[in-house]
Amino acid sequence: MSYFKVDAITLRFGGLVAVDAVSFEIEKGEIFTIIGPNGAGKTSIFNLISRLYNPTSGRLYFEGRDITELAPHEIARLGIARTFQNIELFDNASMLANLLVGRHCHTKTKLWQEMLFLPSVRAAEKAHRHMVEEIIEFLDLQPYRDKIIAGLPYGVRKVVELARALCSEPKLILLDEPSSGLNVEETTDMSFWIRDIRTELGITVLMVEHDMSLVNRVSDRVLALNYGKVLTLGTPAEVQNHPDVIAAYLGA
Amino acid sequence: MRFTFKTDYDQDIRIVKHGGYVWSYGVLLALLALAPFVLSSYLQSQMVFVFIYAIVGVALMILTGFTGQASIGHAAFLAIGAYTAGYMQSKGIPFVVYFPLAAVLTGGIGVIVGFPALRLHGIYLVIATIAFGLIVEEVLARWESVTHGNEGMRVKALDILGWVMPRDGAAFYVLTLLTLVGVLVVALNLLRSPTGRAFIAIRDSETAAKSMGIDLAGYKVKSFAISAAITGLAGALFAHKMSFISPEMFTLLLSIEFIMVIIIGGAFGLHGAVMGAVFMVMIDPVLTELKDGLPGAAGRFFGMAGMKGAIYGLIIMMFILFEPLGLYGRWLKIKLFFQLFPLYKKATFKRQKTYVKSERNR
Repeated sequence: MSYFKVDAITLRFGGLVAVDAVSFEIEKGEIFTIIGPNGAGKTSIFNLISRLYNPTSGRLYFEGRDITELAPHEIARLGIARTFQNIELFDNASMLANLLVGRHCHTKTKLWQEMLFLPSVRAAEKAHRHMVEEIIEFLDLQPYRDKIIAGLPYGVRKVVELARALCSEPKLILLDEPSSGLNVEETTDMSFWIRDIRTELGITVLMVEHDMSLVNRVSDRVLALNYGKVLTLGTPAEVQNHPDVIAAYLGA
Repeated sequence: MRFTFKTDYDQDIRIVKHGGYVWSYGVLLALLALAPFVLSSYLQSQMVFVFIYAIVGVALMILTGFTGQASIGHAAFLAIGAYTAGYMQSKGIPFVVYFPLAAVLTGGIGVIVGFPALRLHGIYLVIATIAFGLIVEEVLARWESVTHGNEGMRVKALDILGWVMPRDGAAFYVLTLLTLVGVLVVALNLLRSPTGRAFIAIRDSETAAKSMGIDLAGYKVKSFAISAAITGLAGALFAHKMSFISPEMFTLLLSIEFIMVIIIGGAFGLHGAVMGAVFMVMIDPVLTELKDGLPGAAGRFFGMAGMKGAIYGLIIMMFILFEPLGLYGRWLKIKLFFQLFPLYKKATFKRQKTYVKSERNR
């Protein structure tokens, strides 16, 4: 059984088939990229995996376990974290608070203990903060620790969102267009971080990306989609030269 | 301006961030404790109402300010707390039992209200909470065997294991103050632990909260329950302070007064709840003065029926238009002005517009 498996997943909105019987498997420690023109169903697949959408048919398996019926908040506890295309941060909270929310799936303290802020809660808080500081150091976010998100530039928010996902100590991370809205320099940083996430933190990466230079630099395998259907699957070079992919992007 | 150099996680975790606060809040608390020996009985009584309003303000701040779930039904929670206290006292149950029980019972009702509220957002949730308030008001008027209906109910003086505290006395004042301080400490503790952060996460982005492992339903219900329970405590104190309770005291207008407490105070911090409570309690004598003190036509104008509601509406609009951050926001701005003098710029508190949110995912 592979590490993560999508088995013939289909998503229908009324008459529109957004994702049409898509299947693929991801190996542990892989950087797997989904590409495709606008409306191909890339983000829909992400939303299916993080259980924001219910699939019309098909199953999802993670570490051999069927996760198709789980609630969205249970997905995070299994070790699947994600970022969003349009950045979904908690805008009126500090960056530190945002990252600490990333630790939420590891909290074990009870409500009444937190009301009294018992020593056990304090100890847990310190452990969370320690982990958060490591991620802050990993992504060079020190200058923004106490800043409110609403005042931060777009590029920084993008990194903060990545940091929040990493704070949950995921085994699989879903990155929805990590480079969108970033300049060339920031995109280069992002490509280094994505590789470091795999090699240093040992996290498997599934990402959706449009920037082909970034895809070529980091991906092990690429899946090309169009109109919800799989066009081809292979190494970045193979996929880029595949006639169907060229046709989908440039027209037949 | 003070810069704290952080070398320890505890510095960030503890409630009192630096020594200056120990002094300023210590002095404030000492002054409040001495107040009953200095103030006139009228002002002391007003202070008790400030504390009760502030307790409800903290409750509403947790639900609306931090979790982002609006409620215009908190007068009903107050009523449930008040009637629980009144009824149980009349049955001979001691205060030390019915005071916490008022919180537990009201919290339970909060859970019941919380569950249907899970599927409602924004204006629909507001309507549902208004409906809840009206239902409770009606139940209080009809359930005569317990509430004595529209006749109302007398509430005897508070009695802690034989120590009688008359409603105008210093002991009752201190008890209300202590309850407020206790509630504030619990709220602060929640805010610095995972539950409080989960509340804020739900307020700012439900989609992201879900995918970070926050059980939306669970935490929204928790927020409703905590908020209701705290309001129940305030209700028990309110019953003793009024010494007489009847259904028409817990109307929609009272719920709106509570919402005003947090809007006027500033719905982003616990300071706001207290400042808003001071404003709301002190506005009443001002309105009375306008009605009775002004001569001729002006006095008649302010004496018209429904004028109170109209003036409240005007105040809410003025705050939303000109000071959406409320009194606490204004206080922070004034403080910053002096800290940065002469470099303060108006734009400091202007926030960048947020980017498109995926509303469709919620």
